[in-house]
Amino acid sequence: MIKRLFVPTRLDEIPIGTRVIAYGLLGLWTLVVLFPLYWMAITSFKLPIDVANGPAYVPFVDFKPSLDAWHYIFVDLGPDTYRPYMNSLVIATLSTVAAVFLGSMAAYALARIEYKPPVAAVGLAVLMLALVVAAVGWGGVDLRIAVAVCGALFFLLLRPIVRRARRHLANDDIIFWMISQRILPPVVTVIPIYLTFKSAGLLDTRTALIITYATANLPIVVWLMFDFFASVPKEIEESAQIDGATRFAILFGIVVPLVAPGIVATGLLVLILSWNEYLFALFLSTANAQTLPLLVAAQNATRGPQWWNMSVLILIMILPVMLLTLTLQRFIVKGILVGAVKG
Amino acid sequence: MQSSSRVSSSAASRRGSRRSVAANWLDRQAPYVFVLPAVLLILGFSIFPLVTSAYLSLMRFALGEGGYELKFVGMRNYVRLFSGSQQFHFVGVFRPPGVISIAVMAAAALAIGWWLVRYLRGGQRSVIGGIGRLIAAASLLAVVWLAANTTGDGGALGSLMVTLFYVVFGVALQFLLGLGLAYLCTLPLKGGRFFRILFFLPLMVTPVGIAYMFRMMADTAVGPLAPLWAWLGLGQIAWAADPWLARIVVVIGDTWQWVPFMFLVLLAALEGTSRDQIEAAQLDGASSWRIFRDVIWPSIAPVAASAVLIRLIEAFKVVDLPNVLTNGGPGIATESMTLHAFIEWRTLNLGSASAVAYMLFFVSTIACVSFFQLVVRRARGRQS
Repeated sequence: MIKRLFVPTRLDEIPIGTRVIAYGLLGLWTLVVLFPLYWMAITSFKLPIDVANGPAYVPFVDFKPSLDAWHYIFVDLGPDTYRPYMNSLVIATLSTVAAVFLGSMAAYALARIEYKPPVAAVGLAVLMLALVVAAVGWGGVDLRIAVAVCGALFFLLLRPIVRRARRHLANDDIIFWMISQRILPPVVTVIPIYLTFKSAGLLDTRTALIITYATANLPIVVWLMFDFFASVPKEIEESAQIDGATRFAILFGIVVPLVAPGIVATGLLVLILSWNEYLFALFLSTANAQTLPLLVAAQNATRGPQWWNMSVLILIMILPVMLLTLTLQRFIVKGILVGAVKG
Repeated sequence: MQSSSRVSSSAASRRGSRRSVAANWLDRQAPYVFVLPAVLLILGFSIFPLVTSAYLSLMRFALGEGGYELKFVGMRNYVRLFSGSQQFHFVGVFRPPGVISIAVMAAAALAIGWWLVRYLRGGQRSVIGGIGRLIAAASLLAVVWLAANTTGDGGALGSLMVTLFYVVFGVALQFLLGLGLAYLCTLPLKGGRFFRILFFLPLMVTPVGIAYMFRMMADTAVGPLAPLWAWLGLGQIAWAADPWLARIVVVIGDTWQWVPFMFLVLLAALEGTSRDQIEAAQLDGASSWRIFRDVIWPSIAPVAASAVLIRLIEAFKVVDLPNVLTNGGPGIATESMTLHAFIEWRTLNLGSASAVAYMLFFVSTIACVSFFQLVVRRARGRQS
């Protein structure tokens, strides 16, 4: 995928001095990248005394590796480690599946079907949202009732308004609206989300985090998948349409297999983002739905100086991501480049 | 649902379709079925909370009997951040103006004024463009004013300026390092692929893990660099107790994570540069620096600007690193705005937390939109 376009072809075209400096700098950054990871890896095999005695760099030479910390995290703490681990796995996987599924459908539709939402209808929706907030906030109305009433009102008023509508938005506007959600700092939305889940009794559950992560990642999925879908030639679908296939059959039977690499790229990116997410988890979960980053951050407060135990915890948190990154890098890089280079 | 499928059954039989009635109905609704779930999710968990947050930021939250009550207090939560009890926390502690801060302010005002005048005299002015530039100029001036009056002896930065410090210095550092590494990787050296895979790695590592990792790395007593600090005579230095050192450690951790992003995107851009132009310039005997400035830079500028924009958007949200690496301390010295909002929330000041969050929203939107309009647009325009 990455082609070398403007480099001189032969190695010896580069002066020896330049080569030495280049290797020196690249080697230096290699050290910067690897050394912290290496340090954490060896620290997880240290005993408290090995840490307290000052830096020890090489296992077997400077200190005798021990599995004490690993034993402590996996056996002594047992369930306290596994529960967050399972939470993280389930939440990251399910939210990714949901985001990729819903986001891909939306992206496909936006790439193929022309939407013309009237400006007036959008205004109506915003008005209803404000009405819900006002009714709940100032009027003291129950949230569910307010949503139901305003929803009904919206659909009642929708038809007459749409019929008279003159100005329309286009697909580009919808995509821009979705991607602009990324500018929203999550902390702006998290307190109302917290209150919503609290009133729904879903606080500190996996469901709450799955819904939140799926929503937070939807814009990325739509943004990336739109490009992948747009690159599929329309003719393939048109012939299937003439044969009488439904839109769903066309999407899932014909187009999805064609963009499978794109789906993998998007899915991996979103999976890792969900796995690493911290802020929403911080607000929305405490014990039951605690995720790994939260566990690590919480342990940090109580076990700050217990480097050996913390290293084990962090290693088991970052190892899966690092393995995914190293083995499937091609896909992840593709996802990042498509998103960034398009601008 | 049932009544609609009965209606469509007649339509289906008229068409003589072999498909089931429900499938037929569903197919005609496909445009909505495809898009509505995504739109509703975003409306429900992004737009609705955004509106509610604005409402909450005008409220005072108090725990009452059997629940909580909200009391309307108008803009008081915001006023508190700028001139009330939370002033030290948000905008910082002011020190008495000195010669330097006045000189800096005057220079900044002159530069920004000149920039505005030049725009107004130029050919392409418009009302919206003018208003946008006015907002950008005023914000920039306010930031310079804050920087000039809250840094130095007797002053202290608030979460607003700390966040901007992370954003501006972090992103600049990441951009420069990423560009340098990307440039090195375009040289035909052996092992190029190895470096590419390796340099990408930190981007995907969990930020909370990075924060703790750098907490270990930066320990001056038993950390890996302890002999170096001792040799330099800095063994006793407590970076965690010094505001600026603590902030710099946070920026270093952030940079470790995000250089890969810049590296990756800029590498792709560099490799998309036309080889013919470079060879032509080489034949003309141009120096490497001139080739970079006149051929390579114009060609990568659009992508570089987009990459910086994406990074800017994400950088404003920073919270995990300062929270885990330094716990926001010493005092509040490393608190980002997100962390500030979280701390307000934890003490049940929902209104104040929402106000801080909204300020972050305003600041990051002004910064990102200005950057897009003034830099990204221009960079793209130059290419075409």
